[in-house]
Amino acid sequence: MERHLILRVATRLLVAPILLYGLYVQFHGEFGPGGGFQAGVIFAVAFILYGVVFSLQKLRSIMPDSFVHKLVALGVLVYGGTGIASLLLGGNYLDYNVLAQVGYEGQHWGIIIVELGVGITVFSVMVAIYYAFAARPPSLRDEDW
Amino acid sequence: MELAVTLFLFFSIVATAVAIAMIRSLFAVVMLAGVVSLLSALLFIVMDAVDVAFTEAAVGAGISTVLMLGTIALTARTQKSVSAPSLVPLSVVTLTGLVLMYGTLDMPNFGAPNAPVQTQVGAAYIERTPDDIHVPNIVTAVLASYRGYDTLGEVTVVFAAGIGVVLLLGGIGTRRRRQRDPEGET
Repeated sequence: MERHLILRVATRLLVAPILLYGLYVQFHGEFGPGGGFQAGVIFAVAFILYGVVFSLQKLRSIMPDSFVHKLVALGVLVYGGTGIASLLLGGNYLDYNVLAQVGYEGQHWGIIIVELGVGITVFSVMVAIYYAFAARPPSLRDEDW
Repeated sequence: MELAVTLFLFFSIVATAVAIAMIRSLFAVVMLAGVVSLLSALLFIVMDAVDVAFTEAAVGAGISTVLMLGTIALTARTQKSVSAPSLVPLSVVTLTGLVLMYGTLDMPNFGAPNAPVQTQVGAAYIERTPDDIHVPNIVTAVLASYRGYDTLGEVTVVFAAGIGVVLLLGGIGTRRRRQRDPEGET
């Protein structure tokens, strides 16, 4: 991809807005369309785009495999941990009402934290799957496609 | 107007599917599969299911395309040519399509007010969400709060799928081997 100047410049311009949009979708999910799943995918797309256009080695030096694999588990832990937290505070499993003084505020906290867990797991699973696929083949020349 | 848009999108999807069946170059097939995803995302928007459209566009057109490209980079770039076109696949596809269409005859019309989805639990969610949860997007309220267990299950499925792919395609194993033998090629 060294010779594709337009792709490289466009990617440099696009990555930051895609990341910002991912964060918007993540934390605006209760008010508009979106949520953790979509945000995780969008966030991962920015990294995958960078990896496709620049090189996988560059992306891996920013996001090492071990870090991505830990994030995969962290998201599920955040989700499950929210349930444990509500158990410890005296409610049922995943009953967010006990997370704050007022019931609906607890619901807001619960939804935001849980969606964050979803987002982290989806993001890291997408990046991990991309690593697993892209790390195997020898890189193809443009003519081979 | 809405009918015209829906018909246009459906015909475009069918045309793209026919093109996919005809083309031998797998690179073009993957790109056209992304086009099908984008068109179905537009269909979901016409049906007011923006959350689903969002997911379809991001996963179907974005991630799957990249993964399919990774797969054809690992395997082959062109489909093997078949000597004589067989009638069996076409008849299987046609038959399945007819059975599915027959199945939809029992379903209520799209947006029908007396459909079970409108009269039973859906109405309760719409009624209770403003008091219980105070969020404008009821889809989020249902996914993350009312149906929190289901979403936990979905996240676990994504987790398991990711771990499975990483284990099968050797992310972790390769790293271990590299650590044990830093000079050697893995």
